[in-house]
Amino acid sequence: MSSAEQIIGFSIVVFFTILVIIFSTKAVRNRYPPIFRKIEPFNRLKRAIGMAVEDGSRLHISLGNAQLTDPANTSGLVGLSALHRIGQLTSTSDLPPICTTGSGGLLVLSQDTLKTISIETNTRAFFDANHAAMTGATPFSYAAGIMEFIDNSGVNGNVLIGNFGTEAGLICESLNKARVSVTGSDSITAQAIFYAATQDTLIGEELYALPAYLAAGPGYLASLRVEDIFRMVIGGGMIAGAILKIVGLI
Amino acid sequence: MKSPIALAVAVISGLIVLLGYFIPSPMLADIRTPMLDWAVILSGVAGLVAIIHLVFGVHSDRVKKEGARQWFSLVVILCFLLTLVAGLFLEPTSPIFQKVVTYIQTPIESSLLAILAVTLSFSSLKLLQRQRNWMGIVFFVTVILFLVINSGLLSFTDRIPILRDFLSGLQLIPTAGARGIVLGVALGSLATGIRILIGAERPYEN
Repeated sequence: MSSAEQIIGFSIVVFFTILVIIFSTKAVRNRYPPIFRKIEPFNRLKRAIGMAVEDGSRLHISLGNAQLTDPANTSGLVGLSALHRIGQLTSTSDLPPICTTGSGGLLVLSQDTLKTISIETNTRAFFDANHAAMTGATPFSYAAGIMEFIDNSGVNGNVLIGNFGTEAGLICESLNKARVSVTGSDSITAQAIFYAATQDTLIGEELYALPAYLAAGPGYLASLRVEDIFRMVIGGGMIAGAILKIVGLI
Repeated sequence: MKSPIALAVAVISGLIVLLGYFIPSPMLADIRTPMLDWAVILSGVAGLVAIIHLVFGVHSDRVKKEGARQWFSLVVILCFLLTLVAGLFLEPTSPIFQKVVTYIQTPIESSLLAILAVTLSFSSLKLLQRQRNWMGIVFFVTVILFLVINSGLLSFTDRIPILRDFLSGLQLIPTAGARGIVLGVALGSLATGIRILIGAERPYEN
């Protein structure tokens, strides 16, 4: 990385952080309330959460198989936030959500999240560490393990958020019995497979918006607004650059 | 039960690692490198904990429950123990131990890959039933179009300059689309990282 790239990268991170902090403040939130577009998979997921409470069915969240030291783990961390929020929203149900991963680090964090939910919602009696499991250490054993894991658990809704590969195709086969299956990945291969094999697929950055749409907290809403601003600026810059290149100015 | 110490450790560690990327300081590198090494070691230990939990938590619980599936769990536990003992006595680099991987695990995973090919073909055929909208149609037409282009059926176009340029122009469309998606993913990753750095997101609460 050249020194110019280092300065640009550092400036982007600092500017992004400042904007997230500004948009998180109560004064800005009240004065400029966030308005986001409707994303149909999120609406269906909210209905599935409501139904899970009413009919006593269970939701399954799968976090993919990225290691914590892997740059692709941010999608798994978004999955963890979604698990936390879904766990809070379904706390009045007798069946807490179950969670599967293909990574040891994410397993430890998901068990911790389930425990946190049980403490926050006074449902410690329902907490069971076996509700989160690493179903396999390799991508295909992870997929095969999920198929077996959710078959036994009375699952009626699935949320697959994380880093997946081609094994996503096998996992999708086991999702057909559920009422709703929301899928999203940071991997382009997995996104294409999810789009072909499931109804509610999140494309690109939509998966990072899931906690914000589930009203997880002001920090999520603020970061989503800043993401939108940056996307418009970068998109505008790319179009301007292309035009300048065509004209011959750069 | 939100611990301020855990928050402080996470934020300071994150800042040190992040600053190490942007500021080429030997002092930062001296702190950052061992921290990343600890993270790798912890990640390995977490993997071991997860495997032990899977075998002796999830599957041993299922063995105790009545039902046809208890036998599958018993097979998993026995195979795990057998592989563990073989690995301890023979060491993972032993040619005999390698045969376990070559003749058991690789064929099983290859057969899953073969099933995947059939599954995906079937899903693609059912795509228009599920996604009855213009995006579904675009996706389906694109899949067919690029299957034909990349299959070599149109290799004769190499001799026709206009067609060759047209097809190479078409090949740029998926690249442009993928770049757009990757850009969104990068912004999402940046936002997630910053939320953790400022303590708005805490996957380590208890």
